[in-house]
Amino acid sequence: MVQAVVDREAADEASRSRDAFAKAYRGMLLARILDDKFASLYRAGKISGGAFLGRGQEALSVSVGLNLRKGDYFAPLIRDAAGRLAFGETIMDAVRTYLGSALGPMRGRDGNVHRGNPKKGYLPMVSHLGAMISVVNGALMAHRFKGITGTVGAASIGDGGTSTGAFHESLNQAAVEKLPLVLVVSDNQYAYSTPTDRQFACANLLDKAVGYGVAGHAVDGNDLAACLRVVGGAVQKARAGEGPQLIIARLLRLCGHGEHDDANYVDAKMKTAPFGRDCLKLAEESLLRQGWADQAALDEWREQSTQQVEVAVATVRREAAPDPYQEKWRALSSENLLEGQNEA
Amino acid sequence: MSVTYLEAIREAQAKALRDDPRVFIYGQDVGAFGGAFKATRNLAKEFPGRVMDAPISEDAMVGAAIGAAIEGMRPIIEMQYADFSTVGFNQIVNNAGAFFWRTGVPCPITIRLPAGGTSGSGPYHSQSLEAIYAHYPGLVVMTPATVEDAYSMLLEAVTIDDPVIFCEHKLLYNHLKAEKLPTEAMPTGKARVARAGRDMTLVTYSAMVQEALVVAEELSGEGSEIEVVDLRSVKPLDTDTVMASVARTGRLLVVGEAWPWGGVTAEVVARVASEGFGLLDAPPQRLNAKDTPIPYHPNLWAAHRPTPQSIGQAARNLLRL
Repeated sequence: MVQAVVDREAADEASRSRDAFAKAYRGMLLARILDDKFASLYRAGKISGGAFLGRGQEALSVSVGLNLRKGDYFAPLIRDAAGRLAFGETIMDAVRTYLGSALGPMRGRDGNVHRGNPKKGYLPMVSHLGAMISVVNGALMAHRFKGITGTVGAASIGDGGTSTGAFHESLNQAAVEKLPLVLVVSDNQYAYSTPTDRQFACANLLDKAVGYGVAGHAVDGNDLAACLRVVGGAVQKARAGEGPQLIIARLLRLCGHGEHDDANYVDAKMKTAPFGRDCLKLAEESLLRQGWADQAALDEWREQSTQQVEVAVATVRREAAPDPYQEKWRALSSENLLEGQNEA
Repeated sequence: MSVTYLEAIREAQAKALRDDPRVFIYGQDVGAFGGAFKATRNLAKEFPGRVMDAPISEDAMVGAAIGAAIEGMRPIIEMQYADFSTVGFNQIVNNAGAFFWRTGVPCPITIRLPAGGTSGSGPYHSQSLEAIYAHYPGLVVMTPATVEDAYSMLLEAVTIDDPVIFCEHKLLYNHLKAEKLPTEAMPTGKARVARAGRDMTLVTYSAMVQEALVVAEELSGEGSEIEVVDLRSVKPLDTDTVMASVARTGRLLVVGEAWPWGGVTAEVVARVASEGFGLLDAPPQRLNAKDTPIPYHPNLWAAHRPTPQSIGQAARNLLRL
């Protein structure tokens, strides 16, 4: 009897793991297909400005998005297509921002990865790295003022972003205030073209956790199961009131800084190292190896995601572009405080 | 019974905290210590948990205010000195100032900047930075010159749904006194004629209003009546009141304590020259501090900024043109 209960619990646990893994894989896949579509639109000259992909970072990113829930805050960065979608962003909002549609959340006023929905806890990044972390802190401080408990805020940063003053100030601030901040560092080896040995001198970025007095977690950023487990554990600790959590994920950026960049500076040895492998491919192999999905299922998922992305792009490309004559051109919400100069 | 400019700022914050549970104050030493200038004296005790010491992290202070504002709070950030706000500059201009435009979601934060020179304060405790904040879109920039405005404009700042840079002049903190706190206020965005006159318009703001009034009194004794216009807020800038005054006097002198390149005085002169050229009987003039860092020694400092002597000289020259 007891054994039967244990067996059933083990079976339930296995089925939960399988479902969570498969769901995460599908989130990664959708993000990859969406990113690839942005890359081809960029090459075809259909995107103004740049295109910035998350290739190679989907396992980590999706793990963050999936572990957050309604009421939480998320400040993603440029390589977080997977995390954004998992947090609840629609494909349409992503495509509308890249194509500058007037119907998108940023209405053509901001573009590409600079998108969000603040009312839903989804913060739109500025380009200045580290700046969004303290914004998450402030939202969490507000939750504390309002007596809201059990929420967390996650922010993304890269190895390069750890060198900024904003990173230091905000992680220290979160530590002083004991905020439920989960700070996720993609140690992806290059900040644009700058390698990590020109970025910091500590042996491991995880050492910084000790200095700030926060919990630290290292994870293999290519291993989806590990990312789900480690990020999930860190989020849980933050939610339980154990203060800020710093996650350092080692991986390799499998694209240029943006699609304008051929990344010829990437050390060839890294591309063949274990951390240089493609997390999406590894997750796929894992699904097949464990019998959690067969090739037919993988093909069907890919087809479904491709279809979703193609429909979104086709729809948005027919939408109206923002009209400068309809634009209100006002930077203040208080209309009585606007100046009327320069209208001629 | 009288109230100082500093006490007015303290009382405005107490009232804001009392009236609105969304208000909190965050800044260095603002808690039990009561702030470097005592602008938050006893507030931590009166409003437990709502007046919080911040680490020396101006960037993170403003960033946190933005996040709290999005979540429905009404933060007041105290910069210890206006000069240090440059460490939080990126958050102020690129994040807070751009937030509503980018997202359609308002960002109501008030950032208090103890600004302006005092004798012996030197290059890094004396700056007047209203022009650089006014230059960026999405910010309201207030520069109160009176006890009444310090009180009512700060109260209004907290209710405004946009980021407000509140430049409070340190020289006025303890020197400027009023009989009592005001019960009525002019709306922000409206300049005030601080003294009427027919011969010349002197436009200024913040502590220079007091200097301008001294000059106007002096020149009145010499037979010239100067109209002093106190801008109150440099953004929005009340061009109408300035233009109406110039229409009456035909002469314009603009005085500011900040540095000369660009800035508020240049903006006023440019607007009057382009929109009211026909109103002018003489070339519009402006007077600012010298184009160097702000000096430490009282002799140098007094010669660096506009003073009643240098303003009086500029006014007499303009009246002769």
